[in-house]
Amino acid sequence: MSRTVSITLQNNDDARPIIDAIEKDNPKATINLYPAMVKIDCDGRLIVKQETVEELLGREWDVQELHLSIISIAGNVDEEDDYFELSWNI
Amino acid sequence: MAEKRKKKLGIKQRYSMLTRGLGWDTTYQPMDKVFPYDNYEGIIIHDWEGWEDPFRLTMDAYWKFQSEKEKKLYAVIDSFAQNNGHLGITDARYVNAIKLFLTGVSPLEYQAARGFTHVGRQFRGVGPRVACQMQAIDELRHVQTQVHSMSHYNKYFDGLHSAPHMHDRVWYLSVPKSFFDDARTAGPFEFLTSISFAFEYVLTNLLFVPFMSGAAFNGDMATVTFGFSAQSDEARHMTLGLEVIKFMLEQDERNIPIVQRWMDKWFWRGTRMLTLVAMMMDYMLPKRVMSWREAWDIYFTEAGGALFADLARYGIKPPKYADIATKEAEHLSHQAWHIFYNYTHAAAFHTWIPEKEELDWLSEKYPNTFDKYYRPRLEYLDKEEKAGRRFYNDTLPMLCQVCQIPMGFTDMDDPTTISFEVSEYKDDKYHTCSLGCKDIFDYEPEKYVQAWLPVHQIYQGNCGGAEVPDVLKWYNFNLGADNMEYKGSPDQKLWDEWQAHRKKA
Repeated sequence: MSRTVSITLQNNDDARPIIDAIEKDNPKATINLYPAMVKIDCDGRLIVKQETVEELLGREWDVQELHLSIISIAGNVDEEDDYFELSWNI
Repeated sequence: MAEKRKKKLGIKQRYSMLTRGLGWDTTYQPMDKVFPYDNYEGIIIHDWEGWEDPFRLTMDAYWKFQSEKEKKLYAVIDSFAQNNGHLGITDARYVNAIKLFLTGVSPLEYQAARGFTHVGRQFRGVGPRVACQMQAIDELRHVQTQVHSMSHYNKYFDGLHSAPHMHDRVWYLSVPKSFFDDARTAGPFEFLTSISFAFEYVLTNLLFVPFMSGAAFNGDMATVTFGFSAQSDEARHMTLGLEVIKFMLEQDERNIPIVQRWMDKWFWRGTRMLTLVAMMMDYMLPKRVMSWREAWDIYFTEAGGALFADLARYGIKPPKYADIATKEAEHLSHQAWHIFYNYTHAAAFHTWIPEKEELDWLSEKYPNTFDKYYRPRLEYLDKEEKAGRRFYNDTLPMLCQVCQIPMGFTDMDDPTTISFEVSEYKDDKYHTCSLGCKDIFDYEPEKYVQAWLPVHQIYQGNCGGAEVPDVLKWYNFNLGADNMEYKGSPDQKLWDEWQAHRKKA
């Protein structure tokens, strides 16, 4: 049974530090490249951490800025001030 | 870095301030009279405060992010128009997918705005009302930005001049139109299950994600930008879809069978409507990203599999006939393209036989079905066309009473036999294309006997006249330009001239 959670982001300059942060914080994640977009899959759970994005970006980053780059998600959403997490309860 | 943040309230508190304590119980009139629709479907809600929007977007943040999205999008639309972006697409055949999008999909965004405005008024809980209000505004933005983006193509290509008029009248556009009419005339919880869950959560990825990536691959900067801009709202809509399902299931176990029936119904209706997208992906993108079959595997089998495993703890099963829909993924695009090839004289876009390397791609992507059933037929039609006998079907097809698609789909275990089902209601016979559509009809026959079926309407004389050209004029088609085979079309002539200029330069 698949437990894959997934986030798809635009492949542009705004999204690149987010993609890199996801890669860093979710070692099990698989990055799939498509024209204009990047689909990141991970088993069970995937987290976007504000701290990591800010480190890579070199400026303050509001987690809700994710709204500007997001294309699609799969999983239950948990959004907080300092992280955005997707998960399945399986 | 923590001390630099000046916000006094956390994200959860801000969202709570927006959605808690704002509503009140009416006293001049009983609540059930003020909100007459949110309990007649049988859904039992004990505590509206149980509603949680996972995105916790407040109004100020909503306007801030939406305006940023708009600024980015309009910068691209302007630059696309200023720099003759249409010259950069891979091939003019591609524009036919845009024609289908503008006439078939964009009007649905407007229907969605109407639907969410309506149900946003009808829920007595503040959480769902705020979510529906934001989504109604989003949907209005989507239809506007889509019309603006695609209007550039209307300067040069045929078939893009009357999208709303065509949406209300043209035979194949009644497929998406009737889908939304059906949803909007249901109760508010069924509406959210149909649009937010079945369509947005389970199926919309198949439309906006691989197809838009395909648009990028084919050089259509305008479409990919509005597509992804819309989809950035869609991620929020998807969470609303999942939230409403969990909310209903957690409130009362008597809601479970109602929700399951809606899921079964709207999954099936949604897959039927996406037939158009299957065809766009496999046949209308000159450069292809992935086949419909591959998209189905990623977005339904895998993503849907995890979703329904997650919902299993509530006693929810995967949608009925999901197995048939998965079998259909091997056939659907080919059968749909064949229907449109037959009837392209009555469509506002062109069809064609794919070129040899495109046929080879389809053979590779559909090893179980394409060479066996579909390639020989396309090659035969190609020969006929080259011999000056391009085939057009002059008999109007019978339509499914529920999904309104011409009854051309086959039995999936026997792709040489046309599939159809019959129901009787008040001494009349009604035909449906599949068990999925028959179940839907049989549960609410009084609703579906009222369907505005284009072919019936033409034969009854309600569509401009008795001859096909009369009907097409009533559709606002420019005959000989909007319709017919791509080869020899004004679109092709113009495109070839541009290419010749490019070679000269």
